Amino acid sequence: MIMVAFLLVLLIGSFMAWAAERIHRGAARWISLAALVCNFVLAVGFWGRNYRDAGLINKGVWLQEVNWDWIPALGIRFHLAIDGLSLALVILTFFLGLASVACSWTEIRERVGFFHFNILWILAGITGVFLSLDLFLFYFFWEVMLVPMYFLIGIWGHENRNYAALKFFIFTQAGSLLMLLSILGLCVLHHNDTSIWTFDYQSLLGTPMGAATAFWLMLGFFIAFAVKLPMVPFHPWLPDAHTEAPTAGSVILAGLLLKTGAYGMLRFAVPLFPGAAKQLAPVAIWLGVAGILYGAILAFGQTDLKRLVAYTSVSHLGFVLVGIYAWNGWALQGAVMQMICHGLSTGALFIVVGALQERIHTRDTRRMGGLWTVMPRMGGMVMFFALASLGLPGLGNFVGEFLVLLGAYRVNRSATVFGTIGLVAATIYALAIVQCAFHGENRGGWMPADLNLRDVTVLGFMVIALVWLGLYPQPVFSTVTPALEGLKQLVAM
Amino acid sequence: MERVDLIALLPIVIMGTTSVVVMIVTAFCRRYGLTTGLALAGEVIALASISLASSYAPRQVTPLLIVDRYGLLLTAILLTAGIAVLALSHGYLRTMPGNREEFHLMLLLATLGSIVLVSSSHFASFFVGLEILSVSLYVLIAYPMRNRSLEAGLKYLILAGASSAILLFGIALEYAALGTMSFKQMAANATGPSVLLLAGFALILSGLGFKLALVPFHMWTPDIYEGAPAPVTAFIATVSKGAVFGFLLRYFTSMHGYTEGSLFVILTAVSIASMAIGNLLALMQNNVKRILAYSSIAHLGYLLVAFLSSGDSGVSASIFYLVSYFIGVMTTFGIVTLLSRVERDADGIEDYRGLFWRRPWLAAAFTASLFSLAGIPLTVGFVGKFYLLAAGVGSALWLLVVVLVITSVIGLFYYLRIIVALYSPVPSETGAKVLPLSPAMAWLGGLVVAALMILLVWFGIYPSTILQALQQTLL
Repeated sequence: MIMVAFLLVLLIGSFMAWAAERIHRGAARWISLAALVCNFVLAVGFWGRNYRDAGLINKGVWLQEVNWDWIPALGIRFHLAIDGLSLALVILTFFLGLASVACSWTEIRERVGFFHFNILWILAGITGVFLSLDLFLFYFFWEVMLVPMYFLIGIWGHENRNYAALKFFIFTQAGSLLMLLSILGLCVLHHNDTSIWTFDYQSLLGTPMGAATAFWLMLGFFIAFAVKLPMVPFHPWLPDAHTEAPTAGSVILAGLLLKTGAYGMLRFAVPLFPGAAKQLAPVAIWLGVAGILYGAILAFGQTDLKRLVAYTSVSHLGFVLVGIYAWNGWALQGAVMQMICHGLSTGALFIVVGALQERIHTRDTRRMGGLWTVMPRMGGMVMFFALASLGLPGLGNFVGEFLVLLGAYRVNRSATVFGTIGLVAATIYALAIVQCAFHGENRGGWMPADLNLRDVTVLGFMVIALVWLGLYPQPVFSTVTPALEGLKQLVAM
Repeated sequence: MERVDLIALLPIVIMGTTSVVVMIVTAFCRRYGLTTGLALAGEVIALASISLASSYAPRQVTPLLIVDRYGLLLTAILLTAGIAVLALSHGYLRTMPGNREEFHLMLLLATLGSIVLVSSSHFASFFVGLEILSVSLYVLIAYPMRNRSLEAGLKYLILAGASSAILLFGIALEYAALGTMSFKQMAANATGPSVLLLAGFALILSGLGFKLALVPFHMWTPDIYEGAPAPVTAFIATVSKGAVFGFLLRYFTSMHGYTEGSLFVILTAVSIASMAIGNLLALMQNNVKRILAYSSIAHLGYLLVAFLSSGDSGVSASIFYLVSYFIGVMTTFGIVTLLSRVERDADGIEDYRGLFWRRPWLAAAFTASLFSLAGIPLTVGFVGKFYLLAAGVGSALWLLVVVLVITSVIGLFYYLRIIVALYSPVPSETGAKVLPLSPAMAWLGGLVVAALMILLVWFGIYPSTILQALQQTLL
C-alpha cells in the first residue's frame, strides 16, 4: 500500500498546489514541499523497517506488492512491487524532488501553481516507472513523466526553450513507441505460446522465442532506454534539454529521468531477453566507453556552464551503461552506486549553476572569473561537487566508477582501459569549471550575493549524502544487492 | 412487415420522423431555439430507442436493412456524435443573420443517412443512405455563405458526385458478375476470383476511399475542412467518415475480402500512403483546420491497420479506435467551434497563442484532445493506438505497424506546434491583430466539450468498461 500512497500523495499534492495558487502564490511551493517531505519520510521509514546490515529482510522477491485488476479485457493489471533497487531509487527520487522544489523557490515567479503541478506529476511518473511490474503500466508511467517535463522546459525554460522541448519530446517518444512495439510483440509471443493475454513482468520472463525475434524485440526496449540514458549516438536531445530547462527541470532530468533509462535496462531489457542481451553486451560496453570519452571531451569544449554540466552526464552515464552490460556483481553494484551519486553530484551542480545564473544572468564561462572572492560559499560548493564529479576517492562517485571498472575489467579489458581514461578527462573538465568561473580576475566586475541559508541547507544535505556514500557505502549495497542478485540469477552472462 | 420489424428499425424511423417534424415546424414557426430543441430531442429519443431495438437483434428487416449488434453499436456512436455536433452548432450559428433553422434539419438528415449506411445489407439501401448523407453535406458545407465555404461546398459537390459515379460503376460490375445486390447472396454466389468482381471491388474501394479521404483520394480534404463551418467539419471528420468506414468493414467481412490477396496488398499500400502523406503534409500547414484535415487522413490510415488485422481483435480494435478518434476529433473541433463565430473560424495558429493564460480550461481541454490524437497516455487516444498496435502486431503486420510508429512520431511535430502556441506568452495587444473570437462561451457547446473531456480522460485511464462492452457486442 505504501507504493499507492507515494503516488496518491504526489497526485493529490499536484492538484492542491495548482488550486492553491489562487489563494496565495507561495502556497503552491509549501504544498509540494510538504507532499515530498511526506513521501520522503514514508520511504525512509519503510527502508528503516526493512533494513538489516546483512541485507534487506526478504520474504519473497519483493518487499511489498500491489496487484489489482485494471483492464481485464486485455490482461492488464495495476501491478506495483518494490525491492531494494526500486526502493533506493525511489528514495533518491524524493530527495532530489525536495532539492528541485527548494532550488526553484525564488527562481520561478510566474505560474507557480502550474509549475509545481508539473513537477509533482513528473515525480509521480518516475516513481511509477521504478515501481511498476506490468509492462503496460510501466509504459504508461514512462509516458506520464514525458508530458509535464515537456511543459516544464517549454514554459519556464530559457531562451531556446521551444526547440529544446520539442527535441526532447520527439526523441524520447520515438524511442518509447519502439518499446511499445516490442512490448506488444513480446505479449503476442506469450499469447501464442500460452493463449493467455498478460503484460505481467514475471509471467513474461523466460518467454520462449527464436534468437532473431528476441534480438529485434530487445532492440526496441534497448533503444528506448538508450535514448533516455542517454547513450551515444542517441544523446543529442540531452544538452539542449538540460541547458534550456529551468533549474528544477535540469535537476530532475539529470538526477532522475536519465536513471529511468538505466533502471529499464537493469529490470527489463536484459532480464526479458537474456540471450539477446548477451549478444549485445560487447557493443553496449564499447558504446558506453565511447560515451564516457565523447561526453568528457565535449564537456571540456563548452563555454556554457549548464551545457558543460549536461555533457558530463553523458560521460557519467557511460559508466552506468558499461556496468550494466558487464553484468557481474561488482559492475552492477557500481552501476547502481554511480546512478545514485551522479544524481546527487550533477543535480547539485545544476543547482549551483542555476543559482549563479539567477544572480549574474549569464551562463557563459568566458564572462565569469574571480567569483571566489565575492561568493566564497558558492565557490566552495562548486569545488566540492566538481571534485565529486571527477571521482575523488572518499566521495560516492569514486565508489561507483571504481566498482564499474573493476567489474568490467573481468569482461572486456581493452574497453575498460579506455574507460579509465575517462577518469582523467573528468579531472580536466571538472577543474575547468572551477578555474574558469571562480579563479582568476573578476573581469566582469560581478558583485552578486553569496548563497543564502536555503541554498546552503539543500546543498549541505547533498554534501553529507555524497560523503556518506563515499566513506560508508555498505548500507546502499546491502539494500540493492539482493535485488541485483535476483536479476543476475535470471540472466547468466 | 411486422410490428417487430418496426421496433427493430426504431432509430431510423425516429430520425426520419424528427426530420419531417422539424421541416413542418420550420415552415410554420421559425424559432431557432425550438428547432434546436426538437432536433436534439429527436436524436436523444432515437439513441434511447436503440436499447429497445437491440432486444430483437439480429434481424433482417426487408432485404435492404439489417439490424444487428454491430450496426446498432455504430448507430449509437454516430447518433452520439450527431448530438454533439448539433449542440455545438447551436452556439456557433447564434449570430448568423438570416435563416438558421434549416441547418439543424440538414444535420438531422445527414445523421439519418449515416445510420442507414451502417445498417444496410444491400447496395440499394447503401446508396440511398450515402446520397442522403452527401446531399445534406453539400448544403451544410456552404451554409454560412462565406466565399470559402461556398467554394468548399461546390468542390465537395463535384468530387462527391464523381466518387458516387465511380462507386455506382463498381456496384454495376459486381451486379453483372453476381446477379444480385444483397451482400449475403453476393457472398454465396461468388465462387472464385473473377476479373469482373475484382474490378468492381477496386472501383467500390476507390469510391469509398473518396469519402474516407484515403490517399490517393484525399485531395479535397484540406480545402473542405478549411472552408466548411467548424461544426460541419467536425461532422465530416467523424460521422461521415465513421459511417462509411462502418459500412466498409461490414461489406468487406461479409464478402470475405480478406481472402483476396491483391486487395490486401492494395489496402496496405493505401494505408501506408495515408499515414505517411497525411502526417508529412500536415507539417507544412499553418491553419489549424488544415492541420487537422491532414491529421485525419493519417488517422484513417491508422484505422486501416486495424481493419487489415484479421479476426475479432481487428474488428474490435477498429471500432475502439474509431471511438477514440471520434472523441479526440470532436473535442478538438468542439473547441475550435467554441472560439469561432459564423463570420470567421478561429483556425489560424495565431488565434491560439497564449490561450492557456486567457482561458485555461479551454486550453487544457484542447491540449488533452491533441494529446489524444497524438496517442499520449492518460487519454483515450493512447488506449486506441495501443489496441490498434496490439491488433497489428497480433496479425504480424510488421511493415504497417512500423510505418505507423514512425509516422506518428512525425505527427507529434504538428500537434506540439499547436500546443506550443497555446502556452506561449499572450501576444501584446498592439502588435498582433485583435482576435474577433467568440466572446462568451456558448453553454450548450461548453457542456458538450466538458462531457467529451470527461470521456477522453475516463476512457484513457479506465478503458475496461468500454472494452468489455465492445467485446460483448461484437463477439
